[in-house]
Amino acid sequence: MSEPHPYIPNSARRTKEEMLRELEVRDVGVLFGDIPESIRKNSVLHLPPARSEMETKLKVEDLLSRNLSTRDVVSFLGGGVWPHYVPAAVDEIVSRSEFLTSYTPYQTEISQGMLQALFEYQSMIAELMGMEFANSSLYDWATALGEAARMASRVTGRDEFLVPHYVQPDRIQTLKTFCEPAKIRVVEVEQDKRTGAILDGDLQQKINSKTAGVYLENPSYLGFFEAGAKRIGDIAHQKGALFIIGADPTSLGLFASPGELGADIAIGEGQPLGNHMNYGGPLLGLFACSGERLLRQMPGRLIGETTTRDGSSKAFTMILQTREQHIRREKATSNICTNEALCALAAATYLSLMGPLGLERLGNAILANSTYTMRKLEELDGLKVPLFEAQHFKEFCVGFDSTGIETSLVNARLLERGIQGGICLHSQFPELGQSALYCVTECHAREDIDRLVAAIREILGER
Amino acid sequence: MMTFRQAQWNEPLIIERSTEGAVGFSLPSPGRPPVDVPAELLRKKRPRLPEVAETEVIRHYIRLSQENYGVDLGIYPLGSCTMKYNPKVLDRIVATPKIQDLHPMQDAGSVQGILRILYELSEWLAEIVGLTKVSLQPAAGAHGEFAGAMIIRAFHKQNGDLEKRDEIIVPDSAHGTNPASATMAGFKVVEIPSNREGCVDVDALRASLSHRTAGLMLTNPNTLGIFEADILEIARLVHEAGGLLYYDGANLNAMLGKAKPGHTGFDIVHINIHKTFGTPHGGGGPGSGPIAVSKKLEGFLPIPTVERDGDRYYLDFNRPNSIGKIRGFWGNSSVLLRAYAYILMMGRDGLEEVAEVSVLNANYLAKKLSQVRGLELPFPHKIRKHEFVLSAAKMAQETGVTAADLSKRLLDFGVHAPTVYFPLIVDEAMMIEPTETVSKQELDQFIAAFSKASAEAYTNPDVVKNAPYSTAVTRIDEAKASHPKTMQLTWKQKSEKV
Repeated sequence: MSEPHPYIPNSARRTKEEMLRELEVRDVGVLFGDIPESIRKNSVLHLPPARSEMETKLKVEDLLSRNLSTRDVVSFLGGGVWPHYVPAAVDEIVSRSEFLTSYTPYQTEISQGMLQALFEYQSMIAELMGMEFANSSLYDWATALGEAARMASRVTGRDEFLVPHYVQPDRIQTLKTFCEPAKIRVVEVEQDKRTGAILDGDLQQKINSKTAGVYLENPSYLGFFEAGAKRIGDIAHQKGALFIIGADPTSLGLFASPGELGADIAIGEGQPLGNHMNYGGPLLGLFACSGERLLRQMPGRLIGETTTRDGSSKAFTMILQTREQHIRREKATSNICTNEALCALAAATYLSLMGPLGLERLGNAILANSTYTMRKLEELDGLKVPLFEAQHFKEFCVGFDSTGIETSLVNARLLERGIQGGICLHSQFPELGQSALYCVTECHAREDIDRLVAAIREILGER
Repeated sequence: MMTFRQAQWNEPLIIERSTEGAVGFSLPSPGRPPVDVPAELLRKKRPRLPEVAETEVIRHYIRLSQENYGVDLGIYPLGSCTMKYNPKVLDRIVATPKIQDLHPMQDAGSVQGILRILYELSEWLAEIVGLTKVSLQPAAGAHGEFAGAMIIRAFHKQNGDLEKRDEIIVPDSAHGTNPASATMAGFKVVEIPSNREGCVDVDALRASLSHRTAGLMLTNPNTLGIFEADILEIARLVHEAGGLLYYDGANLNAMLGKAKPGHTGFDIVHINIHKTFGTPHGGGGPGSGPIAVSKKLEGFLPIPTVERDGDRYYLDFNRPNSIGKIRGFWGNSSVLLRAYAYILMMGRDGLEEVAEVSVLNANYLAKKLSQVRGLELPFPHKIRKHEFVLSAAKMAQETGVTAADLSKRLLDFGVHAPTVYFPLIVDEAMMIEPTETVSKQELDQFIAAFSKASAEAYTNPDVVKNAPYSTAVTRIDEAKASHPKTMQLTWKQKSEKV
């Protein structure tokens, strides 16, 4: 290429020639002379030719314009990624190029900003979860669950992991992918058909001296709370197993924290804390635990506060790195290196803005909106709302069985009316019949909800 | 030489800025009566979170940003990290509701734009690495390695071979993630030594190969920045032994348009989007680590894959031989969107130019820095690719100034330091990857910084040993940080220990 490139300063011909002269090399090709010719000759890239910045931007914008976002339709999708408002201040902080264009703070003295922010993130997640320690991020909730099971197995030396039946399918499948090579068996515990509560009898039958951990979610994937969480934790502990709770951080301003319920490990999805949905990624895996014994087995990076050598000021640095792959290699607690630090920074900023009062208000707003939606839908003939008789938060199942209409058809009709209905559950949990998981947050205005109710009424009337 | 002084705010923790009753949020009023919740479900103890106004939050984190160094401030030559410039237009492209406000469970008909982008990106990545099919799901390189190792597992399982094939071979110069990922996927790790050329010792490889070999994980160019010239022979040997070849794509930048890993015998490749394709590293992440595989391994890719049927794009979950799910949803889409725009903009010629100039810059820097007193370039006669490793062992011996000291002193000159003490096969290693996005002027400044630090090491070593001075804080007490008695991971723990 003869044209100089805006991102490649030394592509200017004179510079290149000057540098080649320094190297006593005729042309750049010589620098690739160590690659066998048979390999080089097949290396031509069959890719489109270069475009200008403007052309690129227009082309990508054109493609993106074919998407319908939650600004174009009213959406009631949740189930692991949820629509929440991202304050402008959060977007501002994560676009600061000093943060955005930095990397893992290996050189601590010049990276104090990110290190302090991550320390604050760890502090806030630990507070929120009611746990002693939090790491500085994993990829997402699903991989956090996989890591939690493996950690429980390492800590206890056992190889069975109990999970409730109603967990988001991605999460269960990821858990199984993580567990299989470690020879950890994932065992499902039944839940009551009416209330969704974990069945004591089934739990007692399946828990034994091989059980490394017992997992539950509060609220569950289907939006209901497990009222017996504390008791289940006690049962786990009596059998020498760890108790792991998955939680939605937006519920934690109001509802009992995993720590209060006796969890040894707490995990969750941090996307709602100031991160956009972004078609499902990047996400933010929350991971917290209590007790020094568990801390030593934690996956992921940990930031600690210390001082400078001369003691003149506080300082932050990565700690307990002997758990990690770059030091411990095949004996590391996890292979994770690149994590989701910028999403953690967003969460720290978000939680700083919200504070305890904001989180409580957020919880109340979500609770009020979702409860209102449930009540309104309940009034419609033939719908069972919510499907489970329990306290719900943010999400709930709507049963369409008595209406004789399939949820996929309901969603198609809703979409014609500019509404994206809830997640169809039939393929995930056939025993729930024609039902859908609806998500309502602080982003849903009363008019949005009323529109949904009116639209479903109409669709049911068209039968 | 430029002068550098990082901001030194001594900014308190955000919790220490807390004032009771202050708020930083603005939420719509629910307008409906609060809902009664059974008391036993409620939280008893309020979380100790900051109560601060938005103004305070912004000032706090902007001050912290000033205590952080990024690629936009100057050279950031961490070896194997490919800290290249992140084009600004990509920041603009992803800042739209048309990606930010898309939900992963949306009806495929409402996300045709992003699905097409992901599909085309998959095709391009397959072309770049010379393989046939791609999964965009892994969230990072190590996550891709795990997925790849799981595919190796699935492959041998299908052949009824998994019970006996339980070893993955990695060279001693490998990234730490390689052995860690292989272990996570249930394999035993066999480490083989490098030869005197800094490359895979083919005899040692031959000796390690057996009916137990599941695969070999390799970086090419390796972490010394040297192209493994015996790669075709290595591939032949591993395949003959019944193993698969895994390519760690951390060092792909120098290979763009120059060598396709798939054509050199690799069966599985991961691609670090955040390294090679211009997406920002975000202070540690998010990145993205797609994997590409050869024809015979396509069926094992994680579910779902992005497929095309005429003009329609969709997610395919119906893949019975898949290793399954490796994460929630489909991938780090906004990072992948940046990569799509980056490749579209660079085009084939631009990407080849990336490879050429990254190699030119590395060789130029290697030559100049190897002339600095106390520094040596192991394997001096070898051409380097995107990076190289210097040894400061001579300086350490002659002056007591170590690679760590030297790296700290460099910070004082407004440049980021190289990766130190890696790879493990070089004493007092300093691993340097300038990338294609730095100018010669910046390279010369970097060389001048090294020269000055070296001169100091030989005249007044204490200056270097006590560095840095110009950063937000001076040299940190690392031992205290990880000591059980003084360790503090949260502000709660801090208040309890004080």
